[in-house]
Amino acid sequence: MSTAPGGYYFAPPSKWPVVGSTALFFFASGMVMWMNDIQPVGFLSLALGFAILIYMLFGWFGVVIHESESGLYNKQLDVSYRWSMSWFIFSEVMFFAAFFGALFYARVFSVPWLGDFDNALIWQGYGAKWPTAGPYLDANADYAFKTMGAWGIPAINTLLLLASGVTVTIAHHALIANNRSRLILFLFLTVVLGAVFLALQVYEYAHAYSDLNLKLTSGVFGSTFFMLTGFHGFHVTLGAIMLTVILFRCIKGHFKPDHHFGFEAVAWYWHFVDVVWLGLFIFVYVLV
Amino acid sequence: MAHDAAHDHGHDHHDHGPGPWTRIFTTTNHKDIGSMYLWFAFFMFFVGGAMALVLRAELFVPGLQVVQPEIFNSLTTVHALVMIFGAVMPAFVGFANWLIPMQIGAADMAFPRMNNWSFWIMIPAALLLFGSFLVPGGAAASGWTLYPPLVTQGGIGTDMTIFAIHLLGASSIMGSINIITTILNLRAPGMTLMRMPLFCWTWLITAYLLIATMPVLAGAVTMLLTDRHFGTSFFNAAGGGDPTMFMHIFWFFGHPEVYILILPAFGIVSQIIPAFARKPLFGYASMVYATASIAILSFIVWGHHMFTVGMPAAGNLFFMFATMLIAVPTGVKIFNWIATMWRGSLTFETPMLFCIGFLCMFTLGGFSGLVLSIAAVDITLHNTYYVVAHFHYVLFPGAIWGLTAAVYFWLPKFTGKMYDETLGKWHFWISAIAFNITFFPQHFLGLAGMPRRIPDYALQFTEWNTISTVGAFLLGFSQLIFLWNVVKTIRSGEKAKDKQWEGADSVEWTHLPSPVPYHTFETVPNLKLAAPAH
Repeated sequence: MSTAPGGYYFAPPSKWPVVGSTALFFFASGMVMWMNDIQPVGFLSLALGFAILIYMLFGWFGVVIHESESGLYNKQLDVSYRWSMSWFIFSEVMFFAAFFGALFYARVFSVPWLGDFDNALIWQGYGAKWPTAGPYLDANADYAFKTMGAWGIPAINTLLLLASGVTVTIAHHALIANNRSRLILFLFLTVVLGAVFLALQVYEYAHAYSDLNLKLTSGVFGSTFFMLTGFHGFHVTLGAIMLTVILFRCIKGHFKPDHHFGFEAVAWYWHFVDVVWLGLFIFVYVLV
Repeated sequence: MAHDAAHDHGHDHHDHGPGPWTRIFTTTNHKDIGSMYLWFAFFMFFVGGAMALVLRAELFVPGLQVVQPEIFNSLTTVHALVMIFGAVMPAFVGFANWLIPMQIGAADMAFPRMNNWSFWIMIPAALLLFGSFLVPGGAAASGWTLYPPLVTQGGIGTDMTIFAIHLLGASSIMGSINIITTILNLRAPGMTLMRMPLFCWTWLITAYLLIATMPVLAGAVTMLLTDRHFGTSFFNAAGGGDPTMFMHIFWFFGHPEVYILILPAFGIVSQIIPAFARKPLFGYASMVYATASIAILSFIVWGHHMFTVGMPAAGNLFFMFATMLIAVPTGVKIFNWIATMWRGSLTFETPMLFCIGFLCMFTLGGFSGLVLSIAAVDITLHNTYYVVAHFHYVLFPGAIWGLTAAVYFWLPKFTGKMYDETLGKWHFWISAIAFNITFFPQHFLGLAGMPRRIPDYALQFTEWNTISTVGAFLLGFSQLIFLWNVVKTIRSGEKAKDKQWEGADSVEWTHLPSPVPYHTFETVPNLKLAAPAH
C-alpha cells in the first residue's frame, strides 16, 4: 500500500473479499438447509459460514484500522468514507421502509378491505379492526392476543435510546476536546444503555409470548410487530457491537481529535437506529 | 500523461506480483475487476440465452415436446433472473469499473477491496441459483416476480433463489455505494459534474436507484421467507395480509429496476453517437435532467404492473398518467440523439450501427409501453405475449445492444487491439433481423390473446410461434459471432490507435494510450482545459 505523491491511495491486493464470499456461501446455504430441516449439515454449514464471517470481519477491519492508525488515510479518503456511510444508512432506511410500508398497507388497505362488502360472504362477521390477526385467525380463540402497552417498557426503551444518543454525542465532543477519560466513560455509558435496551426487549418478547399470546404467528399484527421490532433489535445489536469495538479502540488510544471517522460512522449508525425506534414507538406501540 | 503511460506499459507484466489465480482472487484494480464482471456477465448471457432457447424450442409447435411444464416454469423464472441480475447488471457494473475512474481522472474506484467483494459475492449467488435446479422440487417456478401465494408453495429451490437475491442485492448496494462515492469524491480538478461524460451521469443516477430499491426487494423476499417458514401472514388474507401487498412492495423495487437496466445504456449511447456523428452531444444538460426525471418518476409508477389486480379506479388513473409522463423525458432523450446526428459527419462502424439499432428498436418498445400504460387497454393485454414483446424490445435492443455497442466501442481501448469490422457488421445485421423475427410476431400473439409463461398453446397461435422460434435460434447463433469477434480481437486483433475514434472526446480517448496501462493515473491529472465542453 502506498500514498502516491499526487495523493492517491492504492489498496494492496487483499484476500478478505473472497474469504467473505466463502463465508456468505456457507451462511446462505446453511440458512436454506436449516429452514428446510436438513440437519445436521444445515447447522454445520451455518456455523462454518458464521465462523468464517467473524474471521473475515476481524481480518478486514484489522487491516483498515492498521492503515488508518499508520496515517495512510488522507482527507479525500475521509470524505469518501463519509459519503459511503451516508449512502449505506440510506439503504438501511429503505430496508425498514419496506416493513413500515407493509404495516401501513395492512392497516390502511388490506384489513379494511377484508371487512368490506366484497368479502362479507367469505369472512362473515369479521370486524376488520386493528389490531387483528386476520379474519381466519381472529375466529380461532387460540389466536386471541393482547397488544403490548406503549407506556411501560417501550416508553422506558425510548428514553434509554434517546439518552444513549445524548451520551454518544457527549463522548464525541470529549474526543474532539481530547478528553480521553470523559470519552471512554460516556462511550461506555452508551454501550450500557444499548445493552439495557436489548435486555428489556428480550424481556418484552418473553412477556408477549407467555402472557399476551402475542406471537410472530399472530396474523398480520404479529408479523409486522415482530419483524419491525425484531429487525430493529438486530440493528441495535449490531450498533452495540460496533460501539463496543470503538470503545476498545478508544481504550487502546486510537483516534485523534481531527481524525476519527470510525467513531463518527458508528455514532451516525446509532442515531439511525434511534430514529427508527421513534418511528416504531409511534406507529407500532402508541397508535395501535 | 503519455509518458507515464508508456513507462507503465513497460513493466505491466511484473507490476502485479502474484500469479494469475492469486490475482483474480485478491485484485483491487478496477480494470481487473471490470474485466471479471464483464466475463461473468458474458457467461451468464449465454446461459440465460440457452434457457430462452429451450423455452422457444418448446413453443416451436403446440403440445409438449421438449420439457415438462414444471421445468418450463423454472426456466422462465431463472432465465429472467439470470439475464437481469447475472448478465445486464454485472455487465454495466463491469463498464462502470473500467470507465468511470478513467473518465473522471481518478486512479481507481473509491473502495478497491469492497469493489472486489461486490464481484465475488455474485459467485455464491450464482451457485445457489443454478444449484436450485438440482434440489427436490427444482428451481423456483413462480416467474422472476416471485408472486405469492404460488411462491409460498415452492420447494427448497425457492429458498435458494431468495438467498441468491439477498446476495445479489448486497453486491449491487456495495457496487453502487462505490460508484457514487467515486463520482462524487474522486473527480480530478476541472472535471465538474456538468462536464462529466453522460455514462458517469447515468451511472450516478442508476446507483442512487439501486441503493433506494435493492433494500426494498430484500425486505419483500424476507417477508416471503418468513411467510414460508415462520408462520407470518404478510401475504396471507386469512391472517389479515394480502398477496397484493407483495406486488406493491416488489414493484416499488421492480419499476426503478427496469430503469436500472436501461439508464447506463442511455449513457453509453449518449457517448457513442456523438463520436460517430463527429459533433458534441445535442442538449447535454437536458440529457442530465431527463435522466434524473426518469429516475424520480420511476418511484411513482409501479402500479402500472398491477392494473388487473383490482386497485381503486383512482389508483389506476394515477399510475396510468404518471407512467405516460415518463414518455416526456424519454422523448427528450430520443430527440437529442437524433438531433446529435442531424447534419453530423456520420460513419457507420459497428458501435454506431448498434446505437442506431438501439434508437429505432428501443423507441418501438417505448411505444408499446405507452399502449400498455393505458389502464383500460392493459386489461386485455396484461400477461399476454404483447407484454413479452414490449419488454424484450426495450431490454434486448435497449440494454443488450447498448452493452454490445459499448463492447465494440471500448474494446480497442481496453485491449489495444481492433475488432474485426466485417464480423461486427455481420453480428449487427443478423441480430437486428433475427431480433425482429423473434419478437415482432409476439405483438400479434399477444393481441390475439396468447398468455405468457405457458409451455403449450392453442392451435391458432402456431404460425407466429414457429416463426418466433426460428428467429430466436438465429438470434442465439448471431451472439456466437459476437463471442468469436471478442476472442479474435483479444488473440489476434490489429493494433488499435490511442484515439481509435476521431470523434470520441472523453478522457480515456484523449489522455490515455491503447491499451490503457494497469494503473491509469498515478498522480492527479489536471482536466481543467482538457475536459470537453458540452
